[in-house]
Amino acid sequence: MPPSTTRSDIEVVNLSKIFGSGEDAVRALDDVSLTIPENEFFTLLGPSGCGKTTLLRMIAGFEQPTSGKINLGGSDIADLPPNKRPVNTVFQSYALFPHMTVAQNIGFALKMLGKPKTEIDETVSRMLKLVKMEPMANRKPAQISGGQQQRVALARALAPRPRVLLLDEPLSALDLKLRKEMQVELKRLQAETGITFIFVTHDQEEALTMSDRIAVMSTGKVLQVGPPREIYNHPAERFVADFIGDTNFISAQVDRANGRSATVRLPSGAALDAGLPEGLSPREGENVTLVVRPEHAKLAADGALKGTVENAVYFGTDTHFHIRLDTGDLFILRSQNSAMPAGLPEMGDPVAIAIPQGAVQVVRG
Amino acid sequence: MSAVELAPHGAETDKPKTRRGDIAWRWWLVAPALVVLILAASGPLLIVLVYSFLEPGNFGGVIWNFSTDGWFQVFFSRDIFDDTVGPATAHLDIFRRSITLALYTTVITAVLGFPTAWFIATRAPDVRPIWLFLVTIPFWTNLVIRTFAIQEVIRNEGLINTVLRSLGLISAPIQMLYTDFAILLGMAYVFLPLMVLPLYASMEKLDFKLLEAGYDLYASRLRVLWHIVLPLVKPGFIAGSILVFIPAIGAYVTPRILGGGRNLMLGNLIELQFGQGRNWPLGSALALTLLVIVVVALLFYIRSTSQPEGQRHG
Amino acid sequence: MGKRNFSVASLPGFATIAMITFVFLYLPILTLVIYSFNEAPSMARWEGFSLRWYEAALNNTQVQDVSIRSLVIAFWAASLASILATMAALATTRSERRFPGQTMVYALINQPLMVPEIVTGVALLIFFAMIKVSTGYQGLGYLIAAHTAFCIPFAYLPIRARLETMDLTLERAAADLYATPMQAFRHVTLPLLVPGVIAGFMLAFVTSLDTVVITEFIKSAGQDTLPTYMLGQLRRVITPEMNAISTLFLLLSLIAVTVFFLLSRKKT
Repeated sequence: MPPSTTRSDIEVVNLSKIFGSGEDAVRALDDVSLTIPENEFFTLLGPSGCGKTTLLRMIAGFEQPTSGKINLGGSDIADLPPNKRPVNTVFQSYALFPHMTVAQNIGFALKMLGKPKTEIDETVSRMLKLVKMEPMANRKPAQISGGQQQRVALARALAPRPRVLLLDEPLSALDLKLRKEMQVELKRLQAETGITFIFVTHDQEEALTMSDRIAVMSTGKVLQVGPPREIYNHPAERFVADFIGDTNFISAQVDRANGRSATVRLPSGAALDAGLPEGLSPREGENVTLVVRPEHAKLAADGALKGTVENAVYFGTDTHFHIRLDTGDLFILRSQNSAMPAGLPEMGDPVAIAIPQGAVQVVRG
Repeated sequence: MSAVELAPHGAETDKPKTRRGDIAWRWWLVAPALVVLILAASGPLLIVLVYSFLEPGNFGGVIWNFSTDGWFQVFFSRDIFDDTVGPATAHLDIFRRSITLALYTTVITAVLGFPTAWFIATRAPDVRPIWLFLVTIPFWTNLVIRTFAIQEVIRNEGLINTVLRSLGLISAPIQMLYTDFAILLGMAYVFLPLMVLPLYASMEKLDFKLLEAGYDLYASRLRVLWHIVLPLVKPGFIAGSILVFIPAIGAYVTPRILGGGRNLMLGNLIELQFGQGRNWPLGSALALTLLVIVVVALLFYIRSTSQPEGQRHG
Repeated sequence: MGKRNFSVASLPGFATIAMITFVFLYLPILTLVIYSFNEAPSMARWEGFSLRWYEAALNNTQVQDVSIRSLVIAFWAASLASILATMAALATTRSERRFPGQTMVYALINQPLMVPEIVTGVALLIFFAMIKVSTGYQGLGYLIAAHTAFCIPFAYLPIRARLETMDLTLERAAADLYATPMQAFRHVTLPLLVPGVIAGFMLAFVTSLDTVVITEFIKSAGQDTLPTYMLGQLRRVITPEMNAISTLFLLLSLIAVTVFFLLSRKKT
């Protein structure tokens, strides 16, 4: 792809980061390439230590890449110090300056850029309004709540109108209710400002609800990039399926593979149609792993899988059935509860599981 | 909606500070402090070493001839009449006295300091700093004044004797000043905060749930103290002991004011060589001997704190 | 009859010993202060409240002389020590990893705390005697230099403590918001550091005022400070004038320590 975009696209090309040297060397980021178009809410999702924060810090300029390039709107910014990059960060700890008021915090960047006072004041009041913090303008960070600090940190990072906003697990310090509120708020701010958001989190739910696209990372590599639905319904890797949502893994044999779909045969002999990840073309007779989401499977009179109910756990909205398959594997099935809970199987009952069309995906690994 | 005018993207291309540049920068920052410390604290110690191997000058100072007499005199004395060599009993006595008094001081401060630190650590969190502050005030009061204050209490016309006399309990004053008791009392008084503070620091970190667990598992108060509290605050105990022992063994002001002329400690003996004694090499050798004792104590401290957790209770 | 709760933390007799300790710590000082107001020249009797000893102390030209010298030395030593300690503290913090040689730097900074004052005093006596002979300079510079070195660790501790409690990401945030390293220091690090520097200065100031042994060893003739002057006077007949001087001196230390206490409690 030619690096000739005039917009604020972020392009990460073959980026690697090695900490330490010799035997202690840790490859925190391993040849990562990504393109994040302008005005996208993009999420880096992965467990701690997967390299997502390292990638973010390199885009911000706090970490130097060992090799590779970071392009912003077509020009390489890897050599610029953080204070010369049109990129701002919302820090995990917020890093609000404790000796300055909310307004002074928000105006800090513009002051550093030498903007006239009238312009600073004007922008600060606009930002205060944007994050609904006008009444708190003259408070110190210690005098406002965690959620309010979060808003101030956002306003401070947005005030200089960066081309990209980086958010490093910004919601992790908030309680559940506030977190839900801020998820909506962040999404609104992104849409209103039109600024590219790169959001780092280890919380899959957060990633699924907010993002336009998600990059799932593990041990320094990007495993899969795609919109939330695709990542959830069509995971390409075993790790991705396992990390996001609950999953059943089933072994099967390939009967026939054709482009992005395949026919697979279960040990019971039943044949199913399954999706194939890009670039995977298994041979006939090859053993593969299938993914079936617990809520996609149905209890039925007859189905592709058969087993015995080991446990039924009631969750209010739904019930989780732990089913021991005849092959010996455990299968978890989630069934939505209705007002008339009649005819549900109980512990020890033999059951059959039907898997609808499109609910099966072959994964790597 | 371009951000170019606000964000100076691509304006300059000065590279972020490299690691090596950062280290050089940090060395430049510490350099002035290190220069002062080396010139006016650490460096001159080497000159003391040199002086301990020279001959004493007639009116103080040294004559630049190599001699081991300074070190010899620390431990041995030559009889004036028959030139026989014997141990320098006067010096060795002072060494023994100094070590003994410093150890006693450490024990007394520990006996008083442990319950005091415990008392402070078990107060409500908001009043703890105030109690702690009360311990620190005397610590930041001038040493001469504090020693003078003790003198006010124990001298013949002092508080204790005046009170006892007015109560009719004694007719003649009890001689307390200019005794070893006076030195001990003075040193315990002066160095007590140095024991309380590190003990408190280790107790503050103590998880009191552990004590609850101890009582829950049928331990008595004494056993909880012995088996749970003491092992956990041991680092504070060791730190406090070192902090008290080091200045106590090198004490100069307290024995000078409270000990009178006969009850010398090592510090006074050293001073004597640079004053009336006019034997700078001996004084230097004595000072270095004191330093060696302190270093040994410090090494003991480092060893006992750097031991891995598992080996500590052997 | 109310039953007392079982208190996990209370150990028998500890509170009593603690109270004894506090009496032990304050009784001598209080005695000293109270008798500074005694009309009588001796502790043997109390002849009524009087400020005559304060009057005598304040009119004593020698006391004025040594007090001013003490304050001058303490001011210079504390100022220099807190500047040097601030630089050293900045160099040894604000980074996730230590730089090579940092352990040695710590050892050097803390060395004055580890070596007995008398040994330092002897060493400086010899060293400064050599310089005096070769340069002929006899001024207060020696005392100021020695006090500065001795005060550095005391100034360093609160400053470093302050820097260590400061979130490392603050400067990073400043850089992210277009501040140059100098601007980040000027607008973020320095304002936050100021209470630490003042606390360090106070501690260094009190330490310098408190330094007796080193001063006693290296002072030239006529360079007595307040503590060495008092040390000399204590060998003679003591009048309550000494109590008055001590009380005034005590008050000065108390003010400095209180300022330090209040500043170091202030949160970042």
